[in-house]
Amino acid sequence: MKSSMDSAEKSSEYAAGSLLTVTDLPVIEVAAILAETDRLEGMPSADRAQILAGRKIALLFYESSTRTRTSFELAAKQLGAMTTLVSDKSSSIEKGESLKDTGLTLRALGAECIILRHSNSGAPYLLAKVCGLPVLNAGDGMHEHPSQALLDLRTILKRVPGLDAARIGPKTLSDVTVVITGDILHSRVARSNAMLLPKLGARVVLCGPKELLPEEALGLGLPKSSGCVEIERDFDKALRKAQVAMMLRIQRERLAGLEIDLVDYISRYQLDEERLKASAPRAVVMHPGPMIRGMEIADEVADGPNSAIEEQVTHGLAVRTALLVRALGVGRFESVTV
Amino acid sequence: MSDILILNGRLADPATGVDAERDLLLRHGKVAAIEKPGGLSDVNAKEVIDATGMVVAPGLVDVHVHLREPGQTYKESIKTGTAAAAAGGFTTVVAMPNTVPVNDSVEGLEWMLDAARGACIKLLAMPAATFGSRGEEITDFHELARAGAVGFTDDGKPVLHDGVMRDALVAAATIGVPVSQHAEDTRLTGGCSMNAGPVAFRLGLRGMTVEAEARIVERDIQLLREIEETNRLRPHLHVQHVSTARAMELIRSAKAEGLHVTCEVAPHHFTLTDEAIGDYDTNAKMNPPLRVEADRLAMIAGLMDGTVDCVATDHAPHAAFEKEQEFERAPNGITGLETALGLALRVLHKGQGMTVSRVIALMSAQPARVISLEGRGTLKVGSFGDVVVFDPALEWKYDATKTRSKSRNTPFDGAPMLGRVAFTLSEGRVVYRG
Repeated sequence: MKSSMDSAEKSSEYAAGSLLTVTDLPVIEVAAILAETDRLEGMPSADRAQILAGRKIALLFYESSTRTRTSFELAAKQLGAMTTLVSDKSSSIEKGESLKDTGLTLRALGAECIILRHSNSGAPYLLAKVCGLPVLNAGDGMHEHPSQALLDLRTILKRVPGLDAARIGPKTLSDVTVVITGDILHSRVARSNAMLLPKLGARVVLCGPKELLPEEALGLGLPKSSGCVEIERDFDKALRKAQVAMMLRIQRERLAGLEIDLVDYISRYQLDEERLKASAPRAVVMHPGPMIRGMEIADEVADGPNSAIEEQVTHGLAVRTALLVRALGVGRFESVTV
Repeated sequence: MSDILILNGRLADPATGVDAERDLLLRHGKVAAIEKPGGLSDVNAKEVIDATGMVVAPGLVDVHVHLREPGQTYKESIKTGTAAAAAGGFTTVVAMPNTVPVNDSVEGLEWMLDAARGACIKLLAMPAATFGSRGEEITDFHELARAGAVGFTDDGKPVLHDGVMRDALVAAATIGVPVSQHAEDTRLTGGCSMNAGPVAFRLGLRGMTVEAEARIVERDIQLLREIEETNRLRPHLHVQHVSTARAMELIRSAKAEGLHVTCEVAPHHFTLTDEAIGDYDTNAKMNPPLRVEADRLAMIAGLMDGTVDCVATDHAPHAAFEKEQEFERAPNGITGLETALGLALRVLHKGQGMTVSRVIALMSAQPARVISLEGRGTLKVGSFGDVVVFDPALEWKYDATKTRSKSRNTPFDGAPMLGRVAFTLSEGRVVYRG
């Protein structure tokens, strides 16, 4: 696979099969990951369980997680791999062990791939550099959550009518507008989506108040993308263009002194049934979770017919099986291993 | 006989305006004679340095270095830091006070400046402006000045409180030394690890705004005005490591207004932008941070038009294990003593057409003037025999593994340099041979 070789060469400091960011992921590689997802999903589970039989995968979690951790873990198990979970609360990390030494320890214990969630942006680059293993970024600070963007992409491809999920290219999403609303500033999901979806031609409209969406966010528009990134602060206006409405939680744990008038926020940015019906009755509603019902999203929308929120979780499991196969360099990804 | 002859070089001494082929005689640690080529042929010297094709200049002066001694000698010591300085052509460095403990007492200052520390070049120091650099109460400026302080600073942190900064400027003005300010409104930069802007947004890092620097510069300039009016003193504010176009403009107009403001710019701020952080390279993390291209160009404009008084490195060594951490956790600072001249010549001389003599002035005569240093930063007869001999045309690449410093935290490993130091002499002794 030439494209994989290209991306491997470009970031040769990191082991092939790593997924640290969506920025250096070529469209053809995205297509390969999604194709592998389909293939693995369609396999009898007994066959699937042979693919990574006996392989060792470590999950290293410095931050709490429900969906991401469980789905990576279940994905690994579906493929027959052994997993071990190390979290900051119950390990030598509490005693002050560095990320580097934690990574080297996991490697010495035979880990062949590390899935890292970390509260510091950029931590996966450091880990990948020092331990030389493929590292999957499972969310780093406010930076990126690449596997989330890939599962969101798969959800969009399955849910938005008229898209050809079998032919992924720079124009696949050229008629799709994805409105991402809420706490963009602190959101790694927003960053990964705003950088990935335009590679397939999507228009990503970011929506939120200035405090949570500074103008600098336009810097997420990558020069080589066929789509674009825009800002629209009026939620109703933004929704009127939307095929997809992706809602984000306000990350109280990262506000760092920033004060938000929540009553005002809810009235301007909550996605409720009335707003959805008036401005985007056919839009697919997405949320990476965790949701705060009654805040950014109303119950009836979260549970309503437009919602793809549970499907996102299911796609998450599927996409992560492909990412693990890719990381360990088997199947169609054999050529990406060094 | 201690005589050293430096022959056939191009002597560039901005302080005296000489820029011509001259032979130089150093005797008893001082500049003893300067003659046209051949004019010193009767002298029987202990060592003769053939400087054909080289520039012979006053040893460089750096008013801003961190030598980490006492307390953090795993990063650097006075001995290794001054050895790195000598390798970079420096013959005078001014040590910042953020050691452990903070250099805020006469005993601490005397210990630091003691010959037993092993400095191979002239070591000076700016003690803390406030006790423990806590920003609360100013130190004993008079006693510290008697013990050799060439200025006062809480570098690494600003003197934030208006009243305390006012006290510091007044006390320093009565002695005739500068207060050297790290201009950062730390109330605006909590949790920040790089410049605010699109790159920080993309990397998911909290950014320090331009305002955080400009606000302190603006406040300090206002204090100068008030003190001149009410106290009939002429306080001297030295703004450290200016990094933003906004702060540069404030300094430019304060100078035009006639206030006594000087400032320095670090080589990394006229060479790199925040794009250099790349994949979270902690060797591109320092404070103030790398800014955007418009700021970089404003630093160059300030250097070209004379707003900037000097180049200073802010040499800030850190151990590998400290920099090999998550970006937000890694300490600020990069080494700079061995790369300063090579970058200044490449970016300012070759890139912008600044004369070699002007580059030398920014790194010798002018920083010497900022701290009122007598007998250094010039090669006029009778001055100290502090000399750098360098090949101004030699292009080379910096190799951090060969550093004299204990630390290698530089974004310039492998970077192209112009002009290579061949000899550095401190008070007539060769302290570095390239």
